[in-house]
Amino acid sequence: MPLIELAGIDRSFLLGDTTVHALAGLNLQINAGEYVAVMGPSGSGKSTLLNLLGLLDRPQAGTYRLDGRDVTTLSPDEQAAVRSAKIGFVFQSFHLVPRLTAAENIALPMTLAGIPAAERQRRVDQALKDFGLDHRADHKPDQLSGGQRQRVAIARATIMQPPLLLADEPTGNLDRHTGDEVIHLLEALNARGVTLIIVTHDASLGARARRRLIMEDGHLKSDSAAEA
Amino acid sequence: MRLADTLHFARAAATGYPARTALSVLAMAIGVAAVVVLTALGDGARRYVVSQFSSLGTNLVIVLPGRSGTGGFNPATAITSTPRDLTIDDAASLRRLPAVARVAPLAVGTSEISAGGRLRETMVAGTARDYFAIRNFEIAQGDALPDDDWNRGAPVAVIGARIQEELFGSTPALGQRVRVGDRRLRIVGVLKPTGQGLGMNTDELVIVPVALAQAMFNSNTLFRVLVEASSRDAIPAARESVLNTLKQRHRGEEDVTVITQDAVLATFDRLLGALTLAVAGIAAISLAVAGILVMNVMLVAVTQRTGEIGLLKALGASGRDIRRAFLAEAAMLSAVGAVVGYLLGQAGAFALRQAFPVFPAYPPDWAVIAGLATALGTGLLFGVMPARRAARLDPVQALMKH
Repeated sequence: MPLIELAGIDRSFLLGDTTVHALAGLNLQINAGEYVAVMGPSGSGKSTLLNLLGLLDRPQAGTYRLDGRDVTTLSPDEQAAVRSAKIGFVFQSFHLVPRLTAAENIALPMTLAGIPAAERQRRVDQALKDFGLDHRADHKPDQLSGGQRQRVAIARATIMQPPLLLADEPTGNLDRHTGDEVIHLLEALNARGVTLIIVTHDASLGARARRRLIMEDGHLKSDSAAEA
Repeated sequence: MRLADTLHFARAAATGYPARTALSVLAMAIGVAAVVVLTALGDGARRYVVSQFSSLGTNLVIVLPGRSGTGGFNPATAITSTPRDLTIDDAASLRRLPAVARVAPLAVGTSEISAGGRLRETMVAGTARDYFAIRNFEIAQGDALPDDDWNRGAPVAVIGARIQEELFGSTPALGQRVRVGDRRLRIVGVLKPTGQGLGMNTDELVIVPVALAQAMFNSNTLFRVLVEASSRDAIPAARESVLNTLKQRHRGEEDVTVITQDAVLATFDRLLGALTLAVAGIAAISLAVAGILVMNVMLVAVTQRTGEIGLLKALGASGRDIRRAFLAEAAMLSAVGAVVGYLLGQAGAFALRQAFPVFPAYPPDWAVIAGLATALGTGLLFGVMPARRAARLDPVQALMKH
């Protein structure tokens, strides 16, 4: 059974008096454990696709089944619960809360989910070790380098052990070297079974993924899995 | 999200923007401090007046000649003409009543007092020995008026401390002769200095037997009869029996007015209580203003933290989590403001008491509780709107604002 199943997804926006079809009649299946790169020019609908997959946005038509469950019709709070348990986000600009320390930022999803403090502490300590952030636990984001910030963000995205990790240009704000580090980190997570979906402009980054989706005008222009 | 975590998160958010937080705490503090200080002033005035009245004597029933339309305290009764005199015998008849402990007739007028070539104008009170006990007068030297027949005015006088000082200076006054009006009197006692009270100043008073005063002022009627009931509970009974007795003596005509000190006190108490309430109401407006400021501050916070709200939603926060976090923050701002304001207000009331020791400027409990509750209430009430706005933000739009 596929982890993600999109059928007939439509999503349009009203820009001024013209309707822009960000996604039109999109069908897509992604299996658990896949490593997918979503590519395409600006405005091709790849960000909208990511928002829909992350349950941050709703389609106007079509169904989205995540892990066998139809999540399109859930209430906002039910969707929040699904995000909490099943989806991790990694953003281009890291999105760390500036007044919280690295450890507190990593713990944030667990805090929101109501996990007891002792358990949070244990898992944060483990994550800090896993991501090489042991000595940065009490640093605020502005005291961290870009690479460290993105590692904190990835630690945060995976702390709830979600089966799905969505990354939006995860290396966009990093230099080549730290970008590579971050990609290796994400790929290591994928190797342990996490489904990884990366949206990127970067062709070399896209080339690393096992499956490449090229978007254009709200349609799938090509899918490397279908061609194979 | 757990309650402790919500509070922790809200506290971190509040301390993360110190200037904004300090501003709204200050506004709330000023509001609460205003309530505390202003009600302390109002209630202080009430207590001051009540205590001044109490110093006139306890369990007092006062008989005035003349009839006023209603039974209450009415300044007009002081100047109405009297159809029938209120006499010394009328007053004496009240002494035998069961609920009555003491009776003192009172006739007043102004006259001149002179001794050793010095002369001054003075207030003369004609009364009896019990008057001293009723008014709680203390004798510095000598004794009060002799306890003899009220109709026999012995040529003696008790003088106030100020009179003694002005006429005799440091030489002893006791046993000296003074001239009051056209009478020569012997001084039998000197009052202790008491300072200014409501009504007359006892330091500048000359007290003589009532019959002597009436002869001096050529009058047959009394200014007042002061009756002390045997206890606080006996006041209504005393009032009733005094009224009945005088009515009988005046051939069934009710031509006197009997007021109780309680009634006068209660009137002032109500009046100043209402004043305090009004002042508290005015101060409460500043609390409402503070509440609106907290709302503004929280709205700014929502705008400022739009990206963060989007992130929290992406990380699995429900609308309820976000609403509660922002509400908790607003509640914290107002709670801290209320506590700071309470302390400021108490400090202000303390400073007032230091500056004016006779003025008991203590804020009443009800005002403090109402002030704190209003502060918390407005903080929460005005926190609801920004919190709801935060919870309703569209996560995609919010994330783009980061």
